[in-house]
Amino acid sequence: MSVSRRSLLRSSVAMLGAVSLNSKFAFAADGPIKIGILHSLSGTMAISETTLKDVMLMLIAAQNAKGGVLGRKLEAVVVDPASNWPLFAEKARELISKDGVSAIFGCWTSVSRKSVLPVVKELDSILFYPVQYEGQESERNVFYTGAAPNQQAIPAVDYLMSKDGGSVKRWVLAGTDYVYPRTTNKILEAYLKLKGVAQEDILINYTPFGQSDWQTIVSDIKKFGSAGKKTAVVSTINGDANVPFYKELGNQGIKATDIPVVAFSVGEEELSGMDTKPLVGHLAAWNYFESVDTPINKAFIAQWHAYTKNPKRTTNDPMEAAMIGFSMWVKAVEKANSFKPDDVIDAIIGVSVPNLTGGTATMMPNHHITKPVLIGEIQADGQIDTVWQTPGTVVAQEWSPYLPESKDLISDWRKPLSCGNLNVKTGHCG
Amino acid sequence: MHWLRLLALWVAIAILPQNAFAEGPDTALARFAQHNFMESAKAVRELASDQWSGAGAVLAALSDNRLYYDAASKVIYFKDEKGTLHTARDGLPAAGIDVATLSPVHLNNAVRSALEDAKGSMTMVSADPVQRLSGAKDAFRAHDPAALPAITAELAKETDPEVKLALQQAQAAIIAASVDAPIAQRLDAIKVVQARGDDLALSVLSAIGNNAQGEVKTAALAATANLQATAAIWANVQNVYYGLSLGSVLLLAAIGLAITFGVMGVINMAHGEMVMLGAYTTYIVQQWLRAYRPEWFDASLFIAIPLAFLVTGFIGVIIERTIIRFLYGRPLETLLATFGLSLVLQQAVRTIFGADNRNVGAPHFMSGIFHLGGLSVTYGRMWIILFSILVFLGLQMLLRATSFGLKMRAVTQNRRMASAMGIDTNKIDALAFGLGSGIAGIAGVALSQLDNVSPNLGQSYIIDSFMVVVFGGVGNLWGTLVAAMSLGVANKILEPFVGAVLGKILILICIILFIQRRPRGLFALKGRAVES
Repeated sequence: MSVSRRSLLRSSVAMLGAVSLNSKFAFAADGPIKIGILHSLSGTMAISETTLKDVMLMLIAAQNAKGGVLGRKLEAVVVDPASNWPLFAEKARELISKDGVSAIFGCWTSVSRKSVLPVVKELDSILFYPVQYEGQESERNVFYTGAAPNQQAIPAVDYLMSKDGGSVKRWVLAGTDYVYPRTTNKILEAYLKLKGVAQEDILINYTPFGQSDWQTIVSDIKKFGSAGKKTAVVSTINGDANVPFYKELGNQGIKATDIPVVAFSVGEEELSGMDTKPLVGHLAAWNYFESVDTPINKAFIAQWHAYTKNPKRTTNDPMEAAMIGFSMWVKAVEKANSFKPDDVIDAIIGVSVPNLTGGTATMMPNHHITKPVLIGEIQADGQIDTVWQTPGTVVAQEWSPYLPESKDLISDWRKPLSCGNLNVKTGHCG
Repeated sequence: MHWLRLLALWVAIAILPQNAFAEGPDTALARFAQHNFMESAKAVRELASDQWSGAGAVLAALSDNRLYYDAASKVIYFKDEKGTLHTARDGLPAAGIDVATLSPVHLNNAVRSALEDAKGSMTMVSADPVQRLSGAKDAFRAHDPAALPAITAELAKETDPEVKLALQQAQAAIIAASVDAPIAQRLDAIKVVQARGDDLALSVLSAIGNNAQGEVKTAALAATANLQATAAIWANVQNVYYGLSLGSVLLLAAIGLAITFGVMGVINMAHGEMVMLGAYTTYIVQQWLRAYRPEWFDASLFIAIPLAFLVTGFIGVIIERTIIRFLYGRPLETLLATFGLSLVLQQAVRTIFGADNRNVGAPHFMSGIFHLGGLSVTYGRMWIILFSILVFLGLQMLLRATSFGLKMRAVTQNRRMASAMGIDTNKIDALAFGLGSGIAGIAGVALSQLDNVSPNLGQSYIIDSFMVVVFGGVGNLWGTLVAAMSLGVANKILEPFVGAVLGKILILICIILFIQRRPRGLFALKGRAVES
């Protein structure tokens, strides 16, 4: 029953958004401030992005209950780019020019972000991007609240190399064939070689989107792992392909104590669609887990359950990133005393808000935020239990120091530098 | 089941009179309270080698996340299966202590490994030969030098030949890697491990090859090379098997389409959604069983198969009656209408069930693996191969040996003549479309065991299905069978050499070239029906 009630709620919110399109009073001085929500509600990415839309609506409703921002109510404008990358750009344009939103919260895949990028630059708006990604980017109009590779992938590899993680000596880098896994694996390969891992101890494997037949690859992994050295799999396998991958691992009897798999795209939400008993002990690296035992996280989960009217609905890392992005925007608006994107862009650097793991997230001059890195093991109940975490928060390296093409680049959007890709060798920006 | 028996054993050990404390488990137990995985793993190893009778209960509790400690007093507690709290030291119920004030002892892979090793050494002494065998196998997996005296002692007592062999192998794995053992003994041990011949043996031998010196290194390397050569031959057999398995999935996905598109000529883009609906039927059946009849869970697929056939078959008939029948002879409109329909069905499922994956469990008989020589066969895949062949034969029977099949073939071969003979062609069309959809639904039940059950399930199979039907020759079920199997095997033989991405591209290019040469596919229909 709760499902249909939820969908009813969803459609009524969507209707509200549609009604507001025609509203003549949208730009009135004391009217509500509009926030664009640009997440796919249909198509292949709906599986991940629908949740983020719900979180944003919850946060906006909660902010309005507190009296809004600068005395103005907020109003969400929800659009559906339908997992269609060019449509992301069109919808972003519509949100900015037609609805006049003050900021956009949205995108999941890197390709959708790249498609929105020219639009937010041209129309000088703001995009908050809440998902972990491959880095190698820093733009004036985009704020990246998910993890860069050094806030997720590198610490995960460090952990597995350590005694606690099993002193792994041999590595399988398995990923879906697109930009995030390719770039992440390039960084990881350079990093592993820097740490003295030989070429023959690294196996890199790419699979198409939606790969469902993992028999050969899993048996290759098994073979690669029987060379007498501790082996681990670093998985950048995307979304849907994970279920058949883990099923095959379970069926072929590969246990976490033999060959652990550490995943960067598998969170509580993905696990809720799987039978996790054969997966106990496989790892995930994120900046937040639902199981984190802090009062602020407990409160967030309770708020989420109350809002979705579903006491079993899981929370995950991109939700925390979306929450941090929204809190930062609110704080920056209050600091700048203005909703204008230009003012907010200047004011937001240095803004700190609490994260859900008991620390604070700060917006750095490179438009990325500081994050703690958590390594967790999958439990039989589908939760991820933290087994290791960085002592403090980690600052994002948006330009990887392990890749030759980006090792001399830095980004600093503070005036007067205001540059996203300054080459420190040549002193040249761009 | 095996695990339960083990628990029972541990609990049995726990209830034994507690007076034979050797050194006392206090140092070991105290380690659990240090909130450190390395200390916990150490504690597990100490408890396993200690003669303390309470160890079984504590370790069983730890592996089930039922072990707790008091952060202030460092006292260790465990909950039994009924949820009653006990003090670990004396096993007595700890009344008046609230679990909420205690901290759980967390597990990581290092602790889990130690637990598995402990399980091996503790079950090795069991009275049940099945338990002893599993213990001996665990001991091989662990090949922990500390366990050598225990293994040797057990070996002297052991009478069961199978357990004895497993123990000998475990002993050999330890001796072969031991620097202290005499060279001749190590060389013999390497032979024993080599004779075992599986992945684990290869792993043990390659580790020795990496670390040892002189004669032992040479022998280990030779043994590794020998095992790898055998494995390489088996790998080819394995690839063909994987190919057949992939082929059976393709066959299941395509065979419904072979009816609707192949026999009836309807370009049915909503075919994949019928597969998806079949998978969701399985999900609903499992949810219902989980809630009301959990003991029947293993039968869930057998209940889901006929139900999925009825549900999707019924939807198929409705689609044919309301949409398709107005579009016969207009392939482009059919394509667009069914494509639109597929989007509608997807979004409908997304609205009802949500966009995320649904958890469809595997019944007991669908999980696990067995070895046939060097071939590893997973049960799930094996049953799906057999099931796909069964579906194929059933469908052949239906088309060849029943009156409905005869009428259906008559209608597709010459509609007007069939009509003139008194066959109700409208009814046959609707039933044939329903049959194709129903078969797709059955395929969905099988695919729910392998793939995501999400609204996108069907989309990922529709292209492959069309490819199989067109490649096999439209209108020919045998063609579909041969096409599915040959595409599966070709894919799996290419994959190790060129990778999954390029393999798929190469296969597509080959099919394009093939269709250029033979536009009607592998098994082209001949005769008057083709011309019309």
